[in-house]
Amino acid sequence: MSTAGTQETTTYREALREALREAMRSDDRVFLMGEDVGRYGGCFGVSLGLLEEFGPDRVRDTPLSESAFVGAGIGAALAGMRPIVEIMTVNFSLLALDQILNNAATLLHMSGGQLPVPLVIRMTTGAGRQLAAQHSHSLESFYAHIPGIRVLAPATLEDARHMLAPALADPDPVVIFEHGSLYNASGPLAPQAASVDLDHAAVRRPGDAVSLITYGGSLPKMFAAADELAADGVDAEVVDLRTLRPLDAGTVAASVARTHRAVVVDEAWRTGSVAAELSARLAEESFYELDAPVERVCGAEVPIPYARRLEEAALPQTAGIVAAAHRAVG
Amino acid sequence: MGEFTMPSLGADMDEGTLVEWLVAPGDPLRKGDPVAVVETAKSTIEVECFESGAMGRLLVEPGATVPVGTPLALIEPAEGARREPEGRGKRQKHPVTPPAPQEPAEPEPAPGPEPAGGDGEVGGTGPLIRRLAERRGVDLTALHGTGPAGRVTRADIERAATDTARSPRVRATPLARRRAAELGVDLASVTGTGRDSVIRAEDVGGAAPGGAAPPPPPPPAAASVRPSRPPGEQAPGMRQAIARLMTRANRDIPHYYLSTTVDMAVSMDWLHDHNRRGPMAERLLPAALLLKAAALAAREVPALNGFWTDDRFTAGEGVHLGVAVSLRGGGLIAPVLHGADTLDLPALMGALKDLVTRARTGRLRGSEVSDATLTVTNLGDQGVETVFGVIHPPQVALVGFGRVADRPWAVDGLLGVRPVVTVTLSADHRATDGAVGARYLTAVDRLLQKPEEL
Repeated sequence: MSTAGTQETTTYREALREALREAMRSDDRVFLMGEDVGRYGGCFGVSLGLLEEFGPDRVRDTPLSESAFVGAGIGAALAGMRPIVEIMTVNFSLLALDQILNNAATLLHMSGGQLPVPLVIRMTTGAGRQLAAQHSHSLESFYAHIPGIRVLAPATLEDARHMLAPALADPDPVVIFEHGSLYNASGPLAPQAASVDLDHAAVRRPGDAVSLITYGGSLPKMFAAADELAADGVDAEVVDLRTLRPLDAGTVAASVARTHRAVVVDEAWRTGSVAAELSARLAEESFYELDAPVERVCGAEVPIPYARRLEEAALPQTAGIVAAAHRAVG
Repeated sequence: MGEFTMPSLGADMDEGTLVEWLVAPGDPLRKGDPVAVVETAKSTIEVECFESGAMGRLLVEPGATVPVGTPLALIEPAEGARREPEGRGKRQKHPVTPPAPQEPAEPEPAPGPEPAGGDGEVGGTGPLIRRLAERRGVDLTALHGTGPAGRVTRADIERAATDTARSPRVRATPLARRRAAELGVDLASVTGTGRDSVIRAEDVGGAAPGGAAPPPPPPPAAASVRPSRPPGEQAPGMRQAIARLMTRANRDIPHYYLSTTVDMAVSMDWLHDHNRRGPMAERLLPAALLLKAAALAAREVPALNGFWTDDRFTAGEGVHLGVAVSLRGGGLIAPVLHGADTLDLPALMGALKDLVTRARTGRLRGSEVSDATLTVTNLGDQGVETVFGVIHPPQVALVGFGRVADRPWAVDGLLGVRPVVTVTLSADHRATDGAVGARYLTAVDRLLQKPEEL
């Protein structure tokens, strides 16, 4: 960490906006489209002010038609543009899943390498803001399942600010998940661009007693859990996956080789989740390092409730993560 | 017509008990085939024959105790090997295909005496196999033979008997199992402190993995076949035999003791690197390096490798390391790694595992417990730093290894933390003087600094 003097305080939302601004300034082929990205400034306020700066050709409002505007994005990418398509939430992205899976992810393969699709799709994911079942699910694993695309989950200000450039530079489709609960997260951010490597998970906090592994919106809960565990004398290591596809199992395995215990936290439903994939990898690659069963703390397998208390009960919380870590450490 | 006699299986053995015959009259014999099981005061041993031919008349009944040298059976010269019952010849050039073991013509759960010609035989089983199966309660008809042409072997019976009697599986984490294997800890003897009493790595102990340890003990197996003692109980007489031998050693041998501490950093790094690269089955324990170094040093200092008999020293032919193995129910036996200086590390590791396993299940052969030229004891797994042992007569030296442990250590004028091991030598002052012993320990140290050359 550099000193506070070289950093300015910003938010996750502003970091995303700054990344968009930089991308559009540095490359004429980059444009943004999606529902309410222009006049309204983005339904979560990420693109506020970009329409005024870049004009309606490069910041385009679309109808409520995920399949159509994602398909248009794919066409634009095929034609040489560098489109950034925003989908309001991952729940609605299912309407475009056909385009993403059957076109974006397959065209390079089906054309014998002639048709790369350099498309970036941003979408909001996750719960915790009382938006009820149709706006709160975490379907990252649907996308992490698809070969041919890259799936990112920025959980820190640095990643929100610096993941977009390498995502645009990637010749293949990239899906970026922004957790809704992170938009207002604020903190210091170094002004100079840090180089972000999309291929590796990050150890966000070193420790030797247990590896707490997560991604995206659960990362702040992990830090809170690690603080509580430290107070109990348990030195927890926090690993942020950052990239869900391709999954960096190596960093995770290296962490578990140090700690011999793993707690995987995923807001998504347990069955078939990214956490499930990660647990399988640990069983395959870290079997002889494990000194306790892999613990998973996941979302309850119900439609996310609207009522605050019920919603809290349905999601991984710090107390549950701490309890799982204690079970693993014994 | 040769004789098969009660062998001497140790300097202190004057009589032995024939436990059972492994062959029947008429069976072809090849030099080295085990033919009988003999119980001495110290242990139960499979005895091999030293000539080829055919088994002749049996002169001694199982159960009889006879002095060393007593003829137990006659051995006919090779031409006399007239009859080879079908599927029985151990190494026939043209094996006769017996009926498939899965479908015996007549299942005989409790086989009686075998009719000549052996109709309805299961995979070509002889009376010995049938008797053994009966005694151990193994259903031959349900057994898959692994011998030539599907023949059921003694090992198959052992396995089947062990499987049925195996104690419930120990609950331990994968890491704990790996540590236990590395440290040579028997999980059956460890108390688990995890959830539902699962054994975790810290319960196994040895926070620094890879202390010098004997090879992993065999899984907690059921009772050994013979003699019919409950497992883990010391053989009657074993204590007395050890007492006699050690008393004689301390009375007759003027010991001198030397000790040196060896920096194991290079060796342990090399070992960890080797183990990371290879598959689980090919992992080496530190004990393999230590034994190989002990053997090579014995070749360099032959005055310590041999015997003191009739007031003079006789150098051993080759380096045959006795490896002291503690038995579960107490007691001690030192099976021999023949030509230990010539084995590469994987071969030595394999031989060591095999010997220790069989020592602890009472399946050693005569040639494996006699003729050691030098004995090594390794108490590192018991957590001791230093062991000063007692020489095994008529040998003239005994090498002791303690635990490989991290210690503050001076290297090039700086203080660091290094894994070190204390190596000791107990030597017979009649045969050598301290300078020779010192040369030996210096050689061990030098060899352990170049593990890649071991």
